Amino acid sequence: MNEVVRQLIIVVGVIAVVMSIPPALIWGERRLLALWQDRYGPNRVGPFGLLQPLADMIKIFAKEDWIPPFADKPVFVLAPAVVIVTTLMSFAVITFAPGIAVADLNVGLLFFLAMSSMGAYSIVLAGWASNNKYSLLGGLRAAAQMLSYEVFMGISLMGVVMLSGSFDLRVIVEAQRGLWFCFPQILGLAVFFTAGLAETHRLPFDLPEAESELVAGYHSEYSGMKFGMFFVGEYLGITLISALTVALFFGGWHGPWLPPIVWFLLKTFILLAVFILLRASLPRPRYDQLMALGWKVMLPLSLVNLLLTGAIVLRFGC
Amino acid sequence: MLSILKTIWAVLLHAFRRRETVQYPEQRPYLPPRWRGRIILTRDPDGGERCVACHLCSAVCPVDCIALQATEDEHGRRYPEFFRINFSRCIFCGYCEEACPTCAIQLTPDFEMSDYRRESLVYEKEDLLISGPGKYPGYNFYKVAGLAIGGKGKGEAQNEEPPIDVKTLLP
Repeated sequence: MNEVVRQLIIVVGVIAVVMSIPPALIWGERRLLALWQDRYGPNRVGPFGLLQPLADMIKIFAKEDWIPPFADKPVFVLAPAVVIVTTLMSFAVITFAPGIAVADLNVGLLFFLAMSSMGAYSIVLAGWASNNKYSLLGGLRAAAQMLSYEVFMGISLMGVVMLSGSFDLRVIVEAQRGLWFCFPQILGLAVFFTAGLAETHRLPFDLPEAESELVAGYHSEYSGMKFGMFFVGEYLGITLISALTVALFFGGWHGPWLPPIVWFLLKTFILLAVFILLRASLPRPRYDQLMALGWKVMLPLSLVNLLLTGAIVLRFGC
Repeated sequence: MLSILKTIWAVLLHAFRRRETVQYPEQRPYLPPRWRGRIILTRDPDGGERCVACHLCSAVCPVDCIALQATEDEHGRRYPEFFRINFSRCIFCGYCEEACPTCAIQLTPDFEMSDYRRESLVYEKEDLLISGPGKYPGYNFYKVAGLAIGGKGKGEAQNEEPPIDVKTLLP
């Protein structure tokens, strides 16, 4: 009984924390972008503009929630929900601190890879159901981009799996007690982070959205809270990738003095800031450049990383 | 690859730069005295209206936002019966100020004229007229003009000699 209550508290707590991150990021991203562009960003609503997400929420709920008559209605409505559901499902397998995890799955990493593949459906379906040329182009780009980056996202993680000998995120973090995997797996980290950028279609890899080319890409036809759902899904996605990068490469909750959960959140927020910094500094590549980077650079790199790690583990044991 | 990292580093260093934003309502921008803002109608030092309703400003106005009608008082002084500026059309080019022969219409360093209704952006003469002489203190058009009006005959203006009587032969 006690165990059930404890598990329920963890589930509710994780959802509460995870769902409060997108509003915080709405504010944080705008403030950080402004900081790096020598501006102030939203600083009027509440102290430091902290109530800006609330004002945005009220505004977006007051908007007309319009479904175009030419759209495929059920799919159109379902698509924004898919991205949120799959991303939230992935959070279930992350171990935030010793004992704080929704599901201690022994195939946690595989579960995450599966869920992130499912997330691609959201965007492809949104682009298809909108029945709009620009949306379809965005959806097509998303399909190609997410499928090709999915390939070496998985391969780049295999080095970590080899070193720790498990797909379980808790075991992987425990294996980093001595040395964080960001040092032996620097190649894997670079490839995984790039793939993560492409998976969450964040800038500079926001080709499915590409405001300057495709109006708003796959969500051109979306308005009101359905558009908001895509936004929340995107922020959840970058939070997920940040949390996973912390768990896989930056030693999870390990760190001196502070409690484990604080270390985990701190590292996650630093990585979120890196996501925003990349958005502030890098231009969007052309579509063929994106594909060339994926197949000609990142895939070979991840394979080299896999081979090297395998050879070293075989030779020296681990 | 190296250039990408350099770019990211350069952008990161911007965190320590001074921010360019002017926090407007608290922090006022500097407006130079010749700023072309809200248009006013001025009076001469004696308190009379400077505008002589010559229509030059409304003629020169590129967006036709000035409307007025001329009339005369009992002394023969021309003045506008109404004077109307539609500020929702005005582009603040300042041509009216340049065209004005009596320094009556002037542009001021004030831009805070936003309003909730379009109609309230149409300013009538009582909204435009101020009590002072504006940028040209001491200038009084009728005091220097050769025109005869009530209370001032020909040749009585400042720096003006009495008119020559062309019908006499005396030197």
